[in-house]
Amino acid sequence: MALSAQQIPRWFNSIKLISVITAPQLRQCSQRAGKTLLCGFSAQPQMSSDNFFLQWGFKTYRTSSMWSGCQSANSGRQESNSARSTLLPSVNEQSQKTQKTPNFDSELSLEGLDDLPPLSPLQPVSEEEAVQIIAAPPLPPVSFTLRDYVDHSETLQNLVLLGLDLSKIEKQPDAANLLLRLDFEKDIKQILLFLKDLGIEDNQLGTFLTKNYAIFSEDLENLKTRVAYLQSKNFSKADIAQMVRKAPFLLSFSVERLDNRLGFFQKELQLTVKKTRDLVVRLPRLLTGSLEPVKENMKVYHLELGFKLNEIQHMITKIPKMLTANKRKLTETFDYVHNVMSIPHHVIVRFPQIFNTRLFKVKERHLFLTYLGRAQYDPAKPNYISLDKLVSMPDEIFCEEIAKASVRDFEKFLKTL
Amino acid sequence: MGPGGLARLHGLFAAYKPPGLKWKHLRDTVELQLLKGLNAGKPPAPEQRVRFLLGPVEGSEEKELTLTAASVPTLTDHPLDSMVRNPRVQPAPALGSVRLHPWNEVTTWPRPILGAASFIEERDPVCFFPVCGPTFTSLKVGVGHRLDAQASGVLVLGVGRGRRLLTDMYNAHLTKDYTVRGLLGKATDDFCEDGRLVEKTTYDHVTREKLDRILALIQGSHQKALVMYSSLDLQTQEAYEMAVRGLIRPTDKSPMLITGIRCLHFAPPEFLLEVQCMHETQKQLRRLVHEIGLELKTTALCSQVRRTRDGFFTLDDALLRTQWDLHSIQDAIQAAAPRVAAELEKSLRPEPGTQQLPGLGRPWDSKGPSSGLGLESCAGH
Repeated sequence: MALSAQQIPRWFNSIKLISVITAPQLRQCSQRAGKTLLCGFSAQPQMSSDNFFLQWGFKTYRTSSMWSGCQSANSGRQESNSARSTLLPSVNEQSQKTQKTPNFDSELSLEGLDDLPPLSPLQPVSEEEAVQIIAAPPLPPVSFTLRDYVDHSETLQNLVLLGLDLSKIEKQPDAANLLLRLDFEKDIKQILLFLKDLGIEDNQLGTFLTKNYAIFSEDLENLKTRVAYLQSKNFSKADIAQMVRKAPFLLSFSVERLDNRLGFFQKELQLTVKKTRDLVVRLPRLLTGSLEPVKENMKVYHLELGFKLNEIQHMITKIPKMLTANKRKLTETFDYVHNVMSIPHHVIVRFPQIFNTRLFKVKERHLFLTYLGRAQYDPAKPNYISLDKLVSMPDEIFCEEIAKASVRDFEKFLKTL
Repeated sequence: MGPGGLARLHGLFAAYKPPGLKWKHLRDTVELQLLKGLNAGKPPAPEQRVRFLLGPVEGSEEKELTLTAASVPTLTDHPLDSMVRNPRVQPAPALGSVRLHPWNEVTTWPRPILGAASFIEERDPVCFFPVCGPTFTSLKVGVGHRLDAQASGVLVLGVGRGRRLLTDMYNAHLTKDYTVRGLLGKATDDFCEDGRLVEKTTYDHVTREKLDRILALIQGSHQKALVMYSSLDLQTQEAYEMAVRGLIRPTDKSPMLITGIRCLHFAPPEFLLEVQCMHETQKQLRRLVHEIGLELKTTALCSQVRRTRDGFFTLDDALLRTQWDLHSIQDAIQAAAPRVAAELEKSLRPEPGTQQLPGLGRPWDSKGPSSGLGLESCAGH
């Protein structure tokens, strides 16, 4: 900017002064000559001078937008413009400003050309005008965080009050630009009301939108179509609300894609329609996640671990998370449970919870029971310990009831491993 | 908790590393748990910013406008909970009857949007900073003498300024205690039970006496190496007295030095050794078991390496997995701090030549293995 100032010939300086000082008076809806002078000079072909004018014009717009007592219609629009455009790179700023200068020019042409002498900054100004000059630090045109804009943007403030976690959203590329460009009244409110109608509570909106802020750029009609599709598949309203809450990206999937995925699960798992529905309602992220791990895990269960299809179906209806578990952890856990603890398949099928626990927990507790001589996992024999009691209980209850020892003993034992 | 919690978190503590866990994963888990605990504390007071607002001059008849300064809370650092729980805490400046542009009004936060005020109170009591994120995002945690994945035992960790003490501990050349479990009759390529089997032998001829003899030989040869690496002339009186009291330490880097080794339990094919050593790695200890097997004219592999003491941190000081949280670690650091300071000061003090250093019988070194074979020097190591 300093560079362009030097490039501009001397006679621009007087115009520059006019543009600064008369703009406040413009705000007071008084007619000044400087505007028409600007009008005349804005037709200059030099790009640099235009930029200079535009930049000055932009600055005055911004400062004036924060002033009080302005009843001009532009203020509301320009304030939101300034909040929106601050994250755009400077190249786009030019295009934004050119949109604004026509407004400026239209205002200018309305007023008549009075011949006022050019005002100098050394001239004394009246108290009211002095009070109304606000030189707030400008918003940074480019920033890496939304913290700089939160206090100046109504949209962002409302989103924060809703419970959105801006610190997480701003880490995604392009998310911050999207949020700043949205208008609360037009876009956001409709989607929020739609989500509320769907059944998502107010306190859950925050977490939902933090994950799927892109839903604001979706078309409301598309969202309604997708919900209608789910309802046509006999998902109840409460089910749909639960699914959307647990898998925020569900409504961003097209109807065709949802249909394909539901079909995939039905075919792959060979479950009835009702059971597929229950499965998907319990773990809706099956629909939004990748399908490759599910295919792989099915193969692992069938071929590597040696479970029959009805056993796999039974385990999955009990613990849907098994479909998306890590293959390596699955095989390690099964290896320990089947080969070291000598638990046969039909007992494992009855307690699929064992695939959902950390391996070290299973190992530690099994070794403790072996040390005490209580490692009895055969249901036919006395003193039988079921697998779910082995893993699902907290340490204190496990030690007291199953191992019949104190927690101290368990800790001492752990330190001997 | 915030700043107070962090202040009590500088120092050394010991954790018990279970077998099968990499030391790096342990360090990362500890860091995450500490961050969780620190971020759950009370948030600091929110920042305010000053805004100058236009308002009518008090006591004037005309409609004059003047600026009044008001301290307004910023939304940037504001945690959402306290903002909602005290909706009227922020002072509203005297604005009078002038209708201002909405941006210049000091709004009483929060402005209810779709019933926002009602729902936020039900949120978790965990502090939630929606704009700037959690206060603590990383913590510097260092590890002392490392343990490999299959070994288990005491692992010393340093947090914050305590990491400097880790270097001091390293330079103090303190000994470490291990219990090593060996299995006669097999040999594998990496000396562990799950390695590729190389050889199988009989071990009926192995007796306790043979084992003890081998261990005494080992201890003797390592003792000689220790003297060599400590660059002491054992012919002098001071050096002899230090050796008798068990105070010889290597000056700088050296290969593994075993200051004491004995057999705790012998039930063929299993046997249990207790080893006191320094500058070791667990792989070298397993190789030692293998070499003991070779010396006994059979083969042996190592089934367990467990560190029971690292310097002045023993098994009792080590925190188990369930205790890896902010409060337990803070207590452990506070409990260990005076001991750490005293021992490091003693260890790093330069040993004067002729001066008798009183009361330097380190308790952990004096209960070393008694070899029972009447070795003259350094029986107390």
